[in-house]
Amino acid sequence: MASKFINITLKIWRQKNSNAKGALETYSLNDVSTDSSFLEMLDQLNEQLINEKQSPITFDHDCREGICGMCSLYINGRAHGPDSGNTTCQLHMRKFKDGDTIYVEPWRSRAFPIIKDLMVDRSAFDRIQQAGGFVSVNTSGRTMDANAIPIAKADADKAFQAAACIGCGACVASCKNGSAMLFVGAKVSQYALLPQGKIEATDRVLNMVRQMDEEGFGNCTNTGACEIECPKGISIENIARMNREFLKGALTKS
Amino acid sequence: MSKLNSKIPEGSIADKWTNHKNHMKLVAPNNRPKIDVIVVGTGLAGASAAASLGEMGYNVKAFCFQDSPRRAHSIAAQGGINAAKNYQNDGDSVYRLFYDTIKGGDYRAREANVHRLAEVSGNIIDQCVAQGVPFAREYGGLLDNRSFGGTQVQRTFYAAGQTGQQLLLGAYSALSRQIGLGRVKMYHRHEMMDLVKIDGKARGIIARNLVTGELERHSAHAVVIASGGYGNVYFLSTNAMGSNVSAAWKVHKRGALFANPCFVQIHPTCVPVHGTNQSKLTLMSESLRNSGRIWVPKKKEDAEAIRAGQLKPTQISEEERDYFLERRYPAFGNLVPRDVASRAAKERCDAGCGIEANDTNEGVYLDFSSEIKSKGKQAAYALGDHDPTEERMIELGKKWIEEKYGNLFQMYQKITDENPYETPMKIYPAVHYTMGGVWVDYNLQSTIEGCFVTGEANFSEHGANRLGASALMQGLADGYFVAPYTVSDYLSNEIRTGKISTDGPEFEVAENEVKESIDRFLNNNGSKSVDHFHKRLGLIMWNKVGMARNEQGLKQAIEEIGLLREEFYKDVYVPGSSDEMNPELEKVMRVADLIELGQLMAVDALHREESCGGHFREEHQDAEGETLRDDKNFKYVAAWEYQGSDSKQSTLHKEELNYEFIKIADRNYK
Repeated sequence: MASKFINITLKIWRQKNSNAKGALETYSLNDVSTDSSFLEMLDQLNEQLINEKQSPITFDHDCREGICGMCSLYINGRAHGPDSGNTTCQLHMRKFKDGDTIYVEPWRSRAFPIIKDLMVDRSAFDRIQQAGGFVSVNTSGRTMDANAIPIAKADADKAFQAAACIGCGACVASCKNGSAMLFVGAKVSQYALLPQGKIEATDRVLNMVRQMDEEGFGNCTNTGACEIECPKGISIENIARMNREFLKGALTKS
Repeated sequence: MSKLNSKIPEGSIADKWTNHKNHMKLVAPNNRPKIDVIVVGTGLAGASAAASLGEMGYNVKAFCFQDSPRRAHSIAAQGGINAAKNYQNDGDSVYRLFYDTIKGGDYRAREANVHRLAEVSGNIIDQCVAQGVPFAREYGGLLDNRSFGGTQVQRTFYAAGQTGQQLLLGAYSALSRQIGLGRVKMYHRHEMMDLVKIDGKARGIIARNLVTGELERHSAHAVVIASGGYGNVYFLSTNAMGSNVSAAWKVHKRGALFANPCFVQIHPTCVPVHGTNQSKLTLMSESLRNSGRIWVPKKKEDAEAIRAGQLKPTQISEEERDYFLERRYPAFGNLVPRDVASRAAKERCDAGCGIEANDTNEGVYLDFSSEIKSKGKQAAYALGDHDPTEERMIELGKKWIEEKYGNLFQMYQKITDENPYETPMKIYPAVHYTMGGVWVDYNLQSTIEGCFVTGEANFSEHGANRLGASALMQGLADGYFVAPYTVSDYLSNEIRTGKISTDGPEFEVAENEVKESIDRFLNNNGSKSVDHFHKRLGLIMWNKVGMARNEQGLKQAIEEIGLLREEFYKDVYVPGSSDEMNPELEKVMRVADLIELGQLMAVDALHREESCGGHFREEHQDAEGETLRDDKNFKYVAAWEYQGSDSKQSTLHKEELNYEFIKIADRNYK
């Protein structure tokens, strides 16, 4: 990897806490390696701020390999930045040029209140999951053998593709309605496609959708921005499947 | 001599766990809601334990520092989970998995624990399938398997390169169900700051709400620590940025012994370091060694030309390549255990054959071109084309690779900007997993009564080296199938205790100590960032307590870390205040513990005058560079007792390991 170094200007959203008023602040950062990830660039900025005894920028991050879903960031007007099929931690500075000005904002959604700077509260997703995102099976060690029910590979593969969602919230942040239907649709689909999930399918979809609405997420109007910005390429087919499941459930539930 | 009682049940190895379970005391369902249990950490070991205990009816409080329990670092495990199902009819059995794990751990693990792990492994897969975990399947609809290092069977279940994610989301769904039912109360963005003991028993924790900074007191009749491993002591590792030792270390400081801290797993296949601002390393799953062949150029001049950019790997002919694992270990080839593969890569790079053009020239190739062709040919045959062209084979082979490893290839491409379908991956060993941890008995209880430790945070199952796809197995075994029984057995004596008050002096003192240490850091007014010290600690650890260790280096490391600790307390600067979200404050508390731990790792490595598994002492190797174990003097678990922040003062306790059912032998993969 032949690294280059670039100088950039950053416009970053700063907000002391959920009640404070926030604003974009400007920072200059020099000698950024193009092999650095976007978050490593923010580390470098924070090191600079700490050395100048200024307050470092707060942002969520953990695994830094695109799977935990903790990192967020709206970069130059796109969730997870200009590259596609990646999370912010997988975005590298080689996607930027020397002299670039980069805008960094938190996820913007009514259902994701800001905690500080670029960090938001996504616990609404947890509450949706708690409302029905599971199969009601206790730990037993006495369930049937794992191979007792064969599952068509095509169904298992589709369920896996839906289950690959990392719960980052890019779909919500990218949606003009602030809808969480890609997230919920993916979870509903995973279970709807597997025999183990079918037994509770009706209650699951009704309960998860009810919780989704209570959390203040908007509705889907089929724009498809969520699918484009989803780092895991979750398909909006899953929203269609959820709608079918919901309709079926609403009509059959007594 | 020893205060360690491993409490291994009597009887033949295959009956121990069943007999033990049959004779454990129980808590009646109507008594369970009167009993509180705290679980710290929500990875595989923690989420599964919290969910299972909640289902049983206990009042569970679960804690994680992440913004959601679903983000614990188990999520990043890639390749798979082992289970002795023998679905592939290739000779697997509970005994075989037990034997492979003991041998893989270089005869430094406890037989009884490992056998129990192998026994329950099959139930884990059954349980996960019942939860709706979408494992990979074959066209007939049955579960697929692949191979991992150190085994000659196919017993690894997987979901592409995202097995940890799918298993954790399964455990998270079970946990979410209990949270929804009100049986588990979840505290996310909370960090455990200390363990509270009353009359010698674990009775609660002090936690910090990371959003508001508030310190909270939580009481319980038992505390389960499932906080993961300590690889971040090296600064650069495949661990998540937040992974830390603090929960385990606080328990250690309160009297639990810490076992085999020097047993660290350096994983052979990670993306090499790119530069000084690097924050972490990324693993490329061991499953890739099913399909990839590891090599470097035979000639140093070729390696130099590659580093200078004058030669491409594809220009090196078959005869000029050194497939060094296949050459040295023909019986296991590219699927030797991780410690063996890592040392072999280091040996070639030390000999000047490394191919990466970074500061250290350290890197080897992981090449998929043979597999692409051979799988492409199979796929063509399956489509009825018995005379495929080379292009057709490559096209179909790439598709096959994408299905098996697509997300890994994508991750690699994002990091390096190179296409591994076209050119071999560059890889190098990196710190990945820690076999050492809090000492626990057969019941997973530490030397503190009522304090249980599960998953990577304990020391028990993997000896001196863990086999691939066994961490997920252990985490879920502990949480679903072991802790629910053993914790209940302990709690059977607590049904008359009643609610434990948090107003007592023990909670008061512990909270004040936490407050003081937070204030000390915030008022320190030093000049250097937390990361500055963490990086320096990491360098000492990697250079002197890393893949190869020797007496002189370890003695230096012990002194250097002692000095670093003093400088850290004098000169670290932490911005902000204690009553707000303050990630720098979180970091400084964790690094303070990592420094003490790092020194203890060097002390442990110095005392263990042998080479075994991941612990390679240069003084103890044979003519071919293989590890030389000393069973006469070191066939024991080294469990250290805390004696203050200077870990040189820690005192050693030994648990002798008895091999009654497996004949202890040289570990040979040739």
